[in-house]
Amino acid sequence: MINQSNKTLNTNITKLVNQPYKYGFSTTIEKDIIEKGLNENVIRLISQKKKETKFLLDFRLKAYKKWKQMKSPEWAQLKFSEINYQDIIYYSAPKHKKKLNSLDEVDPELLETFEKLGISLTEQKRLTNVAVDAVFDSVSIVTTFKEELAEQGVIFSSISEAIQEYPDLIEKYLGSVVPIGDNYFSALNSAVFTDGSFCYIPKNVKCPLELSTYFRINDQKSGQFERTLIIADENSQVSYLEGCTAPQYDSNQLHAAVVELIAFDNANIKYSTVQNWYAGNEFGQGGVYNFVTKRGLCTGKNSKISWTQVETGSNITWKYPSCVLVGENSQGEFYSVALTNNYQQADTGSKMIHVGKNTRSRIVSKGISAGKSKNTYRGLVNITNKALGARNYSQCDSLLIGNSSNANTFPFISVQNSTTQIEHEASTSKIGEEQIFYFLQRGISIEKGIELMISGFCRDVFTELPLEFAAEADRLLSLKLEGSVG
Amino acid sequence: MNIITPILEIKELKASINENEILKNLNLQVNKGEIHAIMGPNGSGKSTFSKVLAGHPAYEVLSGEILFKGRSVLNLEPEERSHLGIFLAFQYPIEIPGVSNEDFLRLAYNAKQKFNNDSEVDPLEFLSIINQKLKLVDMSPVFLSRNVNEGFSGGEKKRNEILQMTLLDSELSILDETDSGLDIDALKVISNGINKFMTKDKAIILITHYQRLLDYVKPDFVHVMQNGKITKTGTAELAKELEMKGYEWLK
Repeated sequence: MINQSNKTLNTNITKLVNQPYKYGFSTTIEKDIIEKGLNENVIRLISQKKKETKFLLDFRLKAYKKWKQMKSPEWAQLKFSEINYQDIIYYSAPKHKKKLNSLDEVDPELLETFEKLGISLTEQKRLTNVAVDAVFDSVSIVTTFKEELAEQGVIFSSISEAIQEYPDLIEKYLGSVVPIGDNYFSALNSAVFTDGSFCYIPKNVKCPLELSTYFRINDQKSGQFERTLIIADENSQVSYLEGCTAPQYDSNQLHAAVVELIAFDNANIKYSTVQNWYAGNEFGQGGVYNFVTKRGLCTGKNSKISWTQVETGSNITWKYPSCVLVGENSQGEFYSVALTNNYQQADTGSKMIHVGKNTRSRIVSKGISAGKSKNTYRGLVNITNKALGARNYSQCDSLLIGNSSNANTFPFISVQNSTTQIEHEASTSKIGEEQIFYFLQRGISIEKGIELMISGFCRDVFTELPLEFAAEADRLLSLKLEGSVG
Repeated sequence: MNIITPILEIKELKASINENEILKNLNLQVNKGEIHAIMGPNGSGKSTFSKVLAGHPAYEVLSGEILFKGRSVLNLEPEERSHLGIFLAFQYPIEIPGVSNEDFLRLAYNAKQKFNNDSEVDPLEFLSIINQKLKLVDMSPVFLSRNVNEGFSGGEKKRNEILQMTLLDSELSILDETDSGLDIDALKVISNGINKFMTKDKAIILITHYQRLLDYVKPDFVHVMQNGKITKTGTAELAKELEMKGYEWLK
């Protein structure tokens, strides 16, 4: 009985999951490329192309030295062939002759690319309440609503631009949350990062728009090394969203990003990610290797940093958005939905480091594994001896679809004082054939049934997403799973 | 005078699961307005019969025919059979975490509306429809906000099945041991729900181990299933006789 029913279940699962990746197209465009390979000269060349100061060149070279001494981490539940760092292009930018003054000067090919991705950069069609920074391979193409934001004193630009225009802020804060030698991939990123977003919210300002960056890897051989820095000054508030897609190639592309957030007294940063890099085909070939270091520093009293992520793409995901809670009464949150299918592997979770008194953190992680994928939650809650009265709540739920997928949970909790309250909950469930049959018998289609179950499973996380994107995330997940359950 | 219109005709049906033949030459005809009871010892194929009828993918039909209102359903998907009017009240209703009963019921209702080219109802309209049905099975509206069968007691799960039966208003309902595990009060409520639901245009098949249910829901026919086929057919009296003598008596 088991064999036969599994067969039916699996065929239906395959049908549902194997929806074609609709962002898999690539754009043909004239490019300015630095030959593949990594050495000091390449780094100097990147720095030169970006007309950087000595500070930044030194920053890069120091990072490169560190990186050369480090080893790729092997502790994660991930299996992949060794990455050849000499076979990667570290700088690839669409060619344009002069500095862009308006959107009219942006290559129409690029505009069309983003249009196809559902990100409209043209004036008429923009989402009116979202400012977008569009990053294509190594460089930022355009940032919308800059002037409107500037009226409020909000700085929102590409990091390259910020390096030119706000060198003081950059020198003070770049690498202050994620030190260059923090880990192998952050060192690599610090050496070769090419673009990303920069955002500064001044004191007492509630950022009037959602800020967002849309990352697109286009070039087959190029890696994307983006760097994002968000600073929220006292009593300020900002909500930021990033989205990512890449074309469909048989080879793997490397994405190694660093995101740093800093929140001062009473500041509130909400950072959301919808990650849909190309995941590879049904046999696990191709797809993006996604190694990301994201960390937020709650340095001010009563400050709050909240990470929300919906991770559906990438062949490999290695990512642990974290909060360092230094300010008294500061709060860190992590809400995550990670969906893996076919041969995707995800090792993701969060770190909450409690340093200040009465700091609070909350982790809600939902892992969905289908196909032959591997989905791992890895978390650290570290309550130091000074963090009196600290509290943490963690919840890790796994949902298995089919019989060949894999879910792991590695929560690690370290408490060094006795005034702490810790709660941890975990569960594993499975969408089984009998549940599907129940839906079918009541006349409800497989797709609808799965969608209902998945959206119920993810509800706690989706409610944390900015309203505009919650529906999008819901749709994305059901799309990803279409054909997957039977 | 009665005009006999068959709803279900099963002809020489053979079905297996995992290459184990369970149904061996099953014949049965159920007409509009009739209530049939199927009794039989454990492992005789009663539940298999209900699953095969509903189109569970784990079971394979080897030969024979199932006609629903004169049309073969063998090649139809489970949801198509449901839309046409075949309802199965499960012996062990499954829990569906994260999905509220209300959403589930509304989706099922709207799927059927859509199939019949009727307009789908919005959540508010649905609430007034479902509230009336709730009364039939003596369920509190609190039920709606709970997840489907999650944390329900055995009796609540069975009531929920009957609620769905009345909501979908199917022409043919198969109740697979809906009475087992119920206390006497719950049995009365459920029987009452079944009797109110039944009309001359519908048919019901009760799969049961106990004569007790048949005291409340009067069957027109009682069949005994043994070893994958029907070995004896009679009236309600047959059930009483079985209760006294057991199945061995038939051998």
